[in-house]
Amino acid sequence: MAFDKELNLEATELRLGLPGTKESEKQPTIAIKSNKRALPNFNEESCGSKENSNASHLIQKRDQEIASPAKAQVVGWPPVRSYRKNCLQLKKMEAEAAGMYVKVSMDGAPYLRKIDLKVYKGYPELLKALEEMFKFSAGEYSEREGYNGSEFVPTYEDKDGDWMLVGDVPWDMFLCSCKRLRIMKGSEAKGLGCAV
Amino acid sequence: MNYFPDEVLEHVFDFVASHRDRNAVSLVCRLWHRVERLSRQRVFVGNCYALSPEILIARFPGLKSLTLKGKPHFADFNLVPHDWGGYVQPWIEALSNSRIGLEELRLKRMVVSDESLELLSRSLANFKSLVLVSCEGFTTVGLAAIAANCRFLRELDLQENEIDDHSGHWLSCFPDSCTSLISLNFACLKGEINLAALERLVARSPNLRSLRLNRAVPLETLQNILMRAPQLVDLGTGSYIHDPDSETYNKLKHTILKCKSIRNLSGFLEVAPRCLPAIYPICLNLTSLNLSYAAGIHGSELVKLIRRCAKLQRLWILDCIGDKGLEVVASTCKELQELRVFPSDVLGVGHAAVTENGLVAISAGCPKLHSLLYFCQQMTNAALIVVAKNCPNFIRFRLCILEPTKPDPVTMQPLDDGFGAIVQSCKHLRRLSLSGLLTDRVFLYIGMYAEQLEMLSVAFAGDSDKGMLYVLNGCKKLRKLEIRDCPYGDKALLTDVGKYETMRSLWMSSCEVTLGGCKTLAKEMPRLNVEIINEHDQMEIGSEEQRVEKMYLYRTLVGPRKDAPEFVWTL
Repeated sequence: MAFDKELNLEATELRLGLPGTKESEKQPTIAIKSNKRALPNFNEESCGSKENSNASHLIQKRDQEIASPAKAQVVGWPPVRSYRKNCLQLKKMEAEAAGMYVKVSMDGAPYLRKIDLKVYKGYPELLKALEEMFKFSAGEYSEREGYNGSEFVPTYEDKDGDWMLVGDVPWDMFLCSCKRLRIMKGSEAKGLGCAV
Repeated sequence: MNYFPDEVLEHVFDFVASHRDRNAVSLVCRLWHRVERLSRQRVFVGNCYALSPEILIARFPGLKSLTLKGKPHFADFNLVPHDWGGYVQPWIEALSNSRIGLEELRLKRMVVSDESLELLSRSLANFKSLVLVSCEGFTTVGLAAIAANCRFLRELDLQENEIDDHSGHWLSCFPDSCTSLISLNFACLKGEINLAALERLVARSPNLRSLRLNRAVPLETLQNILMRAPQLVDLGTGSYIHDPDSETYNKLKHTILKCKSIRNLSGFLEVAPRCLPAIYPICLNLTSLNLSYAAGIHGSELVKLIRRCAKLQRLWILDCIGDKGLEVVASTCKELQELRVFPSDVLGVGHAAVTENGLVAISAGCPKLHSLLYFCQQMTNAALIVVAKNCPNFIRFRLCILEPTKPDPVTMQPLDDGFGAIVQSCKHLRRLSLSGLLTDRVFLYIGMYAEQLEMLSVAFAGDSDKGMLYVLNGCKKLRKLEIRDCPYGDKALLTDVGKYETMRSLWMSSCEVTLGGCKTLAKEMPRLNVEIINEHDQMEIGSEEQRVEKMYLYRTLVGPRKDAPEFVWTL
């Protein structure tokens, strides 16, 4: 109605999200359903042939297209007993609330800092945050040579008390075993495979 | 055979233990039927609505142990509405009014009220063993009645039930004269426990072999308990958190050294990984380890623990063990028979936890593996083919790829060939759960090769009615079929209606069957209950073409059940 347009009610609408963006419609369970219906009718003979691979390619593509708007939550999937689901969700919520703060020291710095490892999704983010916090550059990481082209090397103390190079183990494993971080000066870090 | 007196027959039948064998014995002739039923002590009822308590009591007057299952399996995953049914009350009422001296009751997926528990405890004088798995409807008040009134109680085993916790006083209801406990499992209770009462109970139970604690039991109490019960064979810890430098922890380390009989370990519902070394000494003798609720143990701690468990036969863990961790299992646990890997992130298809690589490693390292439940991010045909070759002895193979309809990520093909290899190689396969992208072809293979298959679970699979028909035609021993989100319609449902009387039950949800199709089936097969679950009033009585969202059918001797709620229509 013209009346509404003049008032521009939309502008004053309370909504999540940045101003100027429009929230897309969420497609829940329906997304998966339409996926299934669209599967072509396979003939036994055609299985394994080119047609088959094309068709499954289409399915995969459709999967991606449909799955991207929202992580569709299918009822009763994955098939895990509700009791178990509730237990794990509870634990997850508790763990998330707690955060995972570890001390970070840097050689030469007068005092330590503390960061919440849970906040980062992976090594690149963590390293960027450390670099910004302490104003240094870590250089390029490679499995063989460690951190190349830098005076400083990020290391961490693991559960066994050993000092390890940040980046060697999968992120999740790192989260579980990291007790504290230390940004070592390159000269000291020679033993950790750093090529300076 | 007529020349043998009944006692001789009975004596011979004593050696026939399994339910199936005894059922077969009872079909030979009237004489055998009579002798068998009069001497039968243990009965298993897979579907509580297949018969009535009265029929059971009339046939087996010597009944001592009864196992009952209620709701369909998919009720575990919230697919069956609350109040669907599965009440144990009529059974307990009938038993209490009879002369049956029931001693053991094992229930799965049933609704158990406090009233039922109280009635049970007061009317069955010789009651010894109560096992409740995935049940609901009762509170600690009911447990208090069991504790207080069952004078010869040996076993109280509560597994994964939803119990309303009103107070921890039920434990104090065990009288001082109760010294017969052999097994006590209250791990699923959420509330506080009277710790002193627990310690006293353990102290006066010299026959205690199995004890599983809940989260409310701290490490100090565990220490005290193990001091009094070093003879334990099965232990489930509660909250396993303490300062590893403390006196209590030190004491625990020494106490555990005396517990040389522990073979099953579980729990760690809360855990401080730095306290794990205390249990290292018992790891070597463990045959069963359940860390599937121990979200706090992962990475190197988990691997360190597993490396010490060379004799493991059964392992339940979370997928945060990763493929690398599974490689450690494969190289350490050569006696492994059963493996369950549960998803730690149940909300979604997150970061890669375990993949086909972990499973391949396990199959290569653990030749005795016969039971598998594996939740993974992805699977390939090539991997399944290798697994089938390495482990031809699978009895149970349940694979759940977390993302529905996900194909082989390497070839982008459906997983028909992979599962086909499994059914072809594993000639003793009795239970199979499928997942991933699947066409009708996988069902062709299943129908052709899975001759011993008794239970099949299918989700988001197949292209046409042919899929379901291959299975119904081919799997002669099929007892339970559960299907969700597959394109099977009336043609598949109605082609071989006689088949359903040879099965326990069929579940179909989000498929293409119509109201008309279900009605036709119900009409042709009066000895089946064909139930439609009409949630949210979706369905109208008139139109036959409308799709049925949830259908559950089962064979029964007693016709439509009288306790069905409004939303369940028995056609």
